[in-house]
Amino acid sequence: MLDYTKHTLENGLDVIVHEDHRCPIVAINLWYHVGSKNEKRGRTGLAHLFEHLMFEGSAHHDSGYFAPLQQAGATLNGSTNSDRTNYWEVVPTTALELGLWLESDRMGYLLPALTSAKFENQRDVVLNERRQQYENRPYGLASMALMAALFPPGHPYRWTTIGETADLHAATLDDAHAFFRTYYHPGNASLTLAGDVDPEPALELVRRYFEEIPSGGSIPPVVGLTGPSGEGQTVAEETYLLLEDRVELPRLYLAWRTPRLYAAGDAEMDMLADVLTGGKTSRLYRKLVYDRRIATDVGAAQGSRELAGWFCISATAAAGHELVELEQVIVDELEGLAERGPDVREIERSLAQVEAQFVYRLQTVGGFNGRSDQLNAYNVFTGNPGFMDQDRMRYREISAGLVQELVSTQLNSSGRVALSIVPEGAASLALAGSAPAEVA
Amino acid sequence: MTTGVERTRLPVPGPVPTVHFPPVRVVGLSTGLAMRTVEHAGPPVVQWIWLIPTGSAADPEAQPGLAALTADLLDEGSTTRSAFALHAALDRIGARLEVQVGSDATSISLMTLSRYAAEGLALLYEIVARPRFDAADFERVRDLRLSRLRQMRSVPGAVADRVYLETLYPQHPYGHLGIGTAEALSRMTVTDVEQFHRDDYRAAQATLIGAGALTHDAFIEMAERVLGDWSGRPAVKAIGDSRVSLGRPESPSARLVIVDRPGAVQSELRIGHVGVARRIADYHAVLVLNMVLGGQFVSRLNRILREEKGYTYGVHTSFDCRRWPGPFVMQGSVQADATAESVQEVLEQMGAIGGDGAVTPPELNLARAALTRGFARGFETAGQVARGVAQIVRHDLSMDDYDQFVPRVEAVDGAAVTAAAVSHLHSDRAVVVVVGPADQIAEGLSTLGLGDLLQVEA
Repeated sequence: MLDYTKHTLENGLDVIVHEDHRCPIVAINLWYHVGSKNEKRGRTGLAHLFEHLMFEGSAHHDSGYFAPLQQAGATLNGSTNSDRTNYWEVVPTTALELGLWLESDRMGYLLPALTSAKFENQRDVVLNERRQQYENRPYGLASMALMAALFPPGHPYRWTTIGETADLHAATLDDAHAFFRTYYHPGNASLTLAGDVDPEPALELVRRYFEEIPSGGSIPPVVGLTGPSGEGQTVAEETYLLLEDRVELPRLYLAWRTPRLYAAGDAEMDMLADVLTGGKTSRLYRKLVYDRRIATDVGAAQGSRELAGWFCISATAAAGHELVELEQVIVDELEGLAERGPDVREIERSLAQVEAQFVYRLQTVGGFNGRSDQLNAYNVFTGNPGFMDQDRMRYREISAGLVQELVSTQLNSSGRVALSIVPEGAASLALAGSAPAEVA
Repeated sequence: MTTGVERTRLPVPGPVPTVHFPPVRVVGLSTGLAMRTVEHAGPPVVQWIWLIPTGSAADPEAQPGLAALTADLLDEGSTTRSAFALHAALDRIGARLEVQVGSDATSISLMTLSRYAAEGLALLYEIVARPRFDAADFERVRDLRLSRLRQMRSVPGAVADRVYLETLYPQHPYGHLGIGTAEALSRMTVTDVEQFHRDDYRAAQATLIGAGALTHDAFIEMAERVLGDWSGRPAVKAIGDSRVSLGRPESPSARLVIVDRPGAVQSELRIGHVGVARRIADYHAVLVLNMVLGGQFVSRLNRILREEKGYTYGVHTSFDCRRWPGPFVMQGSVQADATAESVQEVLEQMGAIGGDGAVTPPELNLARAALTRGFARGFETAGQVARGVAQIVRHDLSMDDYDQFVPRVEAVDGAAVTAAAVSHLHSDRAVVVVVGPADQIAEGLSTLGLGDLLQVEA
């Protein structure tokens, strides 16, 4: 669906160019194949904190990156997850060189400009990001409790990307420097340009700015995995947890370990989420919110990540109803799917969503999830920027039988984590037998 | 260190091409509906928007929440099929339906693949013009909204938004959130919704916008075919009229309002006052002013509170330019122990920019360039183009408004920014709403000279 050219420079940098001249803008999108999975215990949150530091200046432009880019008419941002860190700018065509200058300067020459004052400031900012997005937000600690329960001690998915507060306080400038030297080099990066560019001169420009950056050492293996990739494990035993939070209504989360990104069963889990909670005709919306009116909302998602996946269903109890009622409906529905699978019309409906979604995703060249971001995602995780076509085939080939089998073998009670988030002082509203979750 | 390329200074980007907003065709459909179409090359996607020129400000005084409840019920089944049949039809074509209720307008948007454009429009028509308004659906949806209102009490941002509007706009149609209040929702009946729909969703008052990978003729022919049998009733009032006067609101009764959130690690802030309407003469100067003060990452306030002091993940300011003067607000969340200092900083910067801290030439250049050089980016997708047309319609602007944007922003000089600050920023009467731990923050806030502290419930 997307035309592109791909070259790998001698220093290992992948360069992907996708042409589209309709709008006089270029998306610059740079992925580093590093995320919170590469962190060590005691230093969680470092990958994301480091992302912040990348915007604070480099050796030859030792001040913030936003000012020159906004002056040029660009928009820019970055993000970190467990597996990768991405940086992007969408610039007017004539500012492409400026963008490449800046991206190459922070890839090649960051450390002379990375001072203790910047580090301390951005640590404070990240602590405030954590307060705003997690601690002071209703149900905001759910992901921390769930990940810690789904993954065994030492597994790097056990902590969330924002990191633990104590670890953020413990992190040092030296940690940041070492992190940069280990992970931020051309051999661990993928650069995509998409939009109003011609492949030949664009590649030439990229060479001019990036070829001089030495390729770094090899990337150390992810630590803490008990299996070859940490895949295929299940939760050791059914786990019941509770968190008291500043919320009005109790919410239930049911979660399981599932296949990792692009592994057999991953697409089926996406489709299962859609069958269960996608839109108003989905099974659980209909039962819980529409017919029985015992929940105010319900959602499900497959978290597809590089080392492992997880599947989570959450639902909030309507006033006067208990989480055990919601749990019963969800379990019944899963049992029904384990016995009979989804029906053909459900698969067709879901496939229509997927097909449209693949087209809708083509509308922007830049930003999060734009075409440049997708090309980089496919390149980093499969080595093939053109993997979109195969990605689409994964969904077209889904059979009801496979969904049924996966529900039956994976989404049963034995490997399940059940988390109840209840109003403060109302622990009795949690599912019976729940123990307080420890969230750092 | 040695490098092969010039790194002693940044490359200077060349000029950007002049980008014109794509031609918009304006027609009146035989059913009475106004229509605007835009051809937009790109992926095979079409964006429909059905724009109703009334929103939450049209809620009857005793019924805050009625416009939003009405809009929420539109997709709960039509006169010819149930909610499930309707949603099954939407799902079959992978359509995306979005209903947005603002203060002055309601938009019902549907994005679909081009090959399903006609099916999509037929569904949109069914949703907007022929809703079922079944009593059982009404009760269910109202209960869901009551639950949401209850949950909003524990969301600091939602509480702050509500209290801020209530404080800025006492006894005024802009003084409530779209969702309304629990008391009002509890008293509403399905008859109220039917009545609101009958009055406010008339063809003669609405505009249908089609943008995407079709020709003008195809859009228009499609609309005539799909909507042909609709007997759109004549307008009952001129566009933009309201049941209630939208004059300047009364002065707020307090300038410092706290909602206690015991033990909270941050304070959620809303600081500001009634701002400006969209159709003011110095609108573009206000845009530049806002960019410098708090409207972008490198603005004064974000630079000080985030990049210098580290008190917050980020703050920003905005002038919500509505049909009548909407709120100007600085919003953000700061660590609790920096609450008073942050508020003081915001008030000082609001005052300084119109006085002894006037905009500097580099700030002015950056703000103008950010707005003008980034302009093309705003019209990349069919959805962006359609929403652009909706803005023109909503505010009754001339069709060349977007083509005038760049020259008008470029014409804003330092004196114009200062004048806009003097006219439209008033730190001396700004209201401060804080949702945070009262026992930790009240004392510090009370020293800021904002008068008596008013504490209200979440």
